[in-house]
Amino acid sequence: MSSHAGWEAVIGLEIHTQLATQSKIFSGAATAFGAEPNSQACAVDLGLPGVLPVLNAEAVRMAALFGLAVGAHVALESTFDRKNYFYPDLPKGYQISQLAQPIVSGGAVVIAVGEGDKAVQKTIHLTRAHLEEDAGKSLHEDFAGATGIDLNRAGTPLIEIVSEPEMSSAAEAVAYARKIHAMVQYLGICDGNMQEGSFRVDANVSVRRRGDTQLGTRTEVKNVNSFRFLERAIDYEINRQIELIEDGGRVQQQTRLYDPNKDETRMMRTKEAADDYRYFPDPDLLPVIIKPETLEAWRASLPELPDAKAARYQAHYGLSAYDSSVLTSAKQTAAYFEQTLAAMGKAGDAKLVANWVTGTLAAQLNKEGLEISLSPVPADLLAQLLLRVVDNTLSNKLAKEVFDAVWAGEGTPDGIIEARGLKQITDTGAIEAMVGAILAEHPDKVAEYRAGKDKLFGFFVGLVMKAAKGKANPQQLNDVLKSSLGSCGEEGGV
Amino acid sequence: MSLNATQLKHVAHLSRIALDEAKIPALLNDLNAILAFAEQLQDSKLDALAPMAHPLDQSQFLRPDIVTEENNRTALQQGAPAVERGLFLVPKVIE
Repeated sequence: MSSHAGWEAVIGLEIHTQLATQSKIFSGAATAFGAEPNSQACAVDLGLPGVLPVLNAEAVRMAALFGLAVGAHVALESTFDRKNYFYPDLPKGYQISQLAQPIVSGGAVVIAVGEGDKAVQKTIHLTRAHLEEDAGKSLHEDFAGATGIDLNRAGTPLIEIVSEPEMSSAAEAVAYARKIHAMVQYLGICDGNMQEGSFRVDANVSVRRRGDTQLGTRTEVKNVNSFRFLERAIDYEINRQIELIEDGGRVQQQTRLYDPNKDETRMMRTKEAADDYRYFPDPDLLPVIIKPETLEAWRASLPELPDAKAARYQAHYGLSAYDSSVLTSAKQTAAYFEQTLAAMGKAGDAKLVANWVTGTLAAQLNKEGLEISLSPVPADLLAQLLLRVVDNTLSNKLAKEVFDAVWAGEGTPDGIIEARGLKQITDTGAIEAMVGAILAEHPDKVAEYRAGKDKLFGFFVGLVMKAAKGKANPQQLNDVLKSSLGSCGEEGGV
Repeated sequence: MSLNATQLKHVAHLSRIALDEAKIPALLNDLNAILAFAEQLQDSKLDALAPMAHPLDQSQFLRPDIVTEENNRTALQQGAPAVERGLFLVPKVIE
């Protein structure tokens, strides 16, 4: 990117969020993922003649909740329009969407730009979020000369969340997408599963020379099913456009698909102009009216959202701003943190739990590409492990060893401590006995120490630790050794 | 407002309607007569009125989020020209 100084990228995102309803937006067919092809596509979803759409109340509530959560204007009256285009996975020949009066307009989210304590906050504004129906799926492989159509997804409720073009790097775009991803899951309106297409991010990317006020021609990058690919796809597209312009070429407005195997984007189609969709109000659907008191009841039902939760973690638990934002960045991570802390009861230590969740656990999950909800070390077992750290049964080093063993499925922390004999020796009597034995074996060194050779203290610590196989509690060992050497000296003086 | 032959072909393409070149002049004539008829609406004084999304003065009925449809695939696919492994088959769509 350094070779591209003098250029800036302008990025806006369109996020298609599948709402977690049981039934479709305009029909009573099920929305469950992974069903037999076309087993959840009824006459309405197939666009058969004579059918009429009837709007799902829950889809309206979920869309409004999102609007309330991002501080947007939630329209008390919104309307549906038809977006006309021909494609086999859209049997009606139009998609029911909202153009003129969307349910949600405006709003904003705050993202952190940069890492750790150097991160600065940036506000990204939303243009709108409108209700619409999803299309079916086309399967191009496996059928000689034909395309297979599965309409199970057709009619699944979506909100399309459109941002203003206010992001200027792939990292900012990812931070924004992650924030929206976290919010829809906190709200319980989307399962957030990117692999299954529940949360689909399209990026509008253009570049311009720094200082230019005109926007460059944009391309739309599709087919990005993870945050990692989103970052790589946008970076690739930024570089491609800059190099194209620097080589005297021109960016064409088009839709490009990201290919994760080749780590590149390639042209899918040149974009039809917007007015080719010939939007018009859908005569089958009446205006959607939300009563003010209903909206207020929904507002009152909003759960604690990531920013508020992070502020509470800072104020209540004394965690750093960075740790708080990492812990609250996903609903499951915050839930894991809170469950672990709760399971430790009175001995709960928020900073200790935060360090383990954002450190050891996060690193291990990341290494194996696992979601925290699928962690091989569940919250109750991490709590048990950390209780053994708090009560000095385990040193930090031994705790990591036990963590690895729990991760590997060897059992519970207490079981592993017992089986491996890892328990730290905290019995003062036992430590005194070991110290006594070592001092008795080395009367000459004891005498030298008493004569003023302080450095020998470390020599004794090493010998006792060796005898204890490293398991003696270091602080207690120090204390016992000090008093023994002192008391021995007094006795010797008699 | 009136359509020319290029616009007519464009609209026909968007609507996936095949046009017989020989019939274009007659079609243009008819369509432009319809547009002229509708154009009388432009003379109405509408400034004081809000756009209307629907002629009925009612709001949308909302249904509860309940699955009411069972798998009726066999019956629904009887009218399909080609079906394989539960999928509707259509001529190859090239992206």
